[in-house]
Amino acid sequence: MKRKRKLALIVNTVMIIMAVMWLLPMLWMFMASVDPSANVFTKLPSGITMQNFASVLKSHTNQMSFLNSLFLSFGVAILVIICSGLAGYALSRYEMKYKKSFLMTVLFMSSLPGTVLIVPVYRMFVTLKLNDSLGGIILFMAATTLPYSLWMMKNFMDSVPLYLEEAASVDGAGTWQRIRRIVVPLMIPGTFCVAIQAFIGAWGNFMVPFILLKSAGKYPAAVTMYQYIGMWDISYGELTAFSILYAVPVLFLYVLGQNYMSKGFSMSGAGKG
Amino acid sequence: MHKQISFGKKVIYLIPSVVLLLIFFVGPVVLSLYFSFTNMALTGSNASSLRFIGLENYKHMISDPTVKKAIINTLVFMVGSVAGQTLLGFGFAYMMRSCHKKVRKVVGSIIMIGWIMPEMVAAFCMSSLFHDSGTLNMILEGLGISGVSWLYTFPMAAVIIANVWRGTAFSMLAYQAALDDVPSDIEESSKLDGANLAKKIYYIILPTIKNTIMTNTMLITLMTLGSFGLIWIMTGGGPSGKTQTLPILMYIKAFKNSQLGYGVAISIISLVVGVIFGVFYIKAAGKED
Repeated sequence: MKRKRKLALIVNTVMIIMAVMWLLPMLWMFMASVDPSANVFTKLPSGITMQNFASVLKSHTNQMSFLNSLFLSFGVAILVIICSGLAGYALSRYEMKYKKSFLMTVLFMSSLPGTVLIVPVYRMFVTLKLNDSLGGIILFMAATTLPYSLWMMKNFMDSVPLYLEEAASVDGAGTWQRIRRIVVPLMIPGTFCVAIQAFIGAWGNFMVPFILLKSAGKYPAAVTMYQYIGMWDISYGELTAFSILYAVPVLFLYVLGQNYMSKGFSMSGAGKG
Repeated sequence: MHKQISFGKKVIYLIPSVVLLLIFFVGPVVLSLYFSFTNMALTGSNASSLRFIGLENYKHMISDPTVKKAIINTLVFMVGSVAGQTLLGFGFAYMMRSCHKKVRKVVGSIIMIGWIMPEMVAAFCMSSLFHDSGTLNMILEGLGISGVSWLYTFPMAAVIIANVWRGTAFSMLAYQAALDDVPSDIEESSKLDGANLAKKIYYIILPTIKNTIMTNTMLITLMTLGSFGLIWIMTGGGPSGKTQTLPILMYIKAFKNSQLGYGVAISIISLVVGVIFGVFYIKAAGKED
């Protein structure tokens, strides 16, 4: 028993030390963002100020870039949900020819890094007049996100018990009614999960808008921040404040998604009783 | 079961996905194969007159020392990331089974932040950490060790550490799930038989999580293969090409030197490697079911 407690103490200590090391790069970000004289190294703030956040939020360029990020991420999430929801339903519920090979192809596509496609996509967008357009970026990012989302969606659908639908079917509900009344409510947790993942992915994506956009007015937060980092005279206080404002929404969404996940599991009890 | 529904009706559900994937995923793959045989350029006279030049790009690639260097850099970056992420991810997942509940929760969340936060923010935090007068050198000085210019002297190590810092959470989650499947009675009895930690991991845990190791390695490889932002922001591929991986070289050739055709040919290398690993991945993932 004594040995076990000693072991637990060692494990806990190692974990905490590792976590502190892990936290180090972020710790700087938090301290510098409220520091009126922030620098590139970690130090206790010389005072606490909200000035950095205020000046980041006041800038019209920054406001636009956050709005652009929102537009892109919502666009991708919605498109992905529509496509993967429909396809996931059919793939989960119906017997189809070539279903297995289709699913394997989708899984295979989900593993390919989308970045290797950026040059042909750039050229394609020039021809299709989709270059320098947020809509074009949504389409491309949705397409690269879709294989993974579709796979997840199909698995979520598989976990919604079929007999609930059959019961509705016996009661005379049509396919659409079945989808709306039974599948959608049970699928909300799964759908939110897929949507949140698509949103987080689009929100953080730097390469795609960086290469496909030209007008600064269309830049999402990632590209705007990149422009600031490239400046000769970096204001670390403002840039760390920008970083936090840019990172917090997705961190929040992630926590929200986890809550949905656990609710989703408890909803699988809907068939009982 | 359901009423008989015609194949056509079922297919309607798939149409939006299939159309999107065909135009914006499969299309670019096919186009990149085609473009890699052309002299496509971003600007200049070649921009308007696309010409088929056969294997010219590929021939050029074989004799191009920067391509060779980029392949080696990509390999180093991938192997370093896989090794770091696997060891740390497994280590955290393993320790989490025997640490305090609160410690597990807090540490788990801290590691997750690196994974969830945007690539740009992670890269910015990391390049500040490794900055000449950044936090790392500040700590070293405090310990009486004189710092070095990390991003200049050890740029590859710095980007690998940054990538591992970001990606460990992903591996940790996978190994946590896999370790739940280790039969606890066998683990307990091995303890009674006096098996030490190394033996326990080797004989009991590794066989159980073998498939997870396989799929996780494939996925890390595929993710690092396409990694662009982190390296581009931290080092820009420099100094003197020391962190120039294939995606970075592709970007420079295609958009800085405006040789789109050549850039595509370079990305074909990544694509082929991706296809090979992707096939391995679906084979391994298929086994898990």
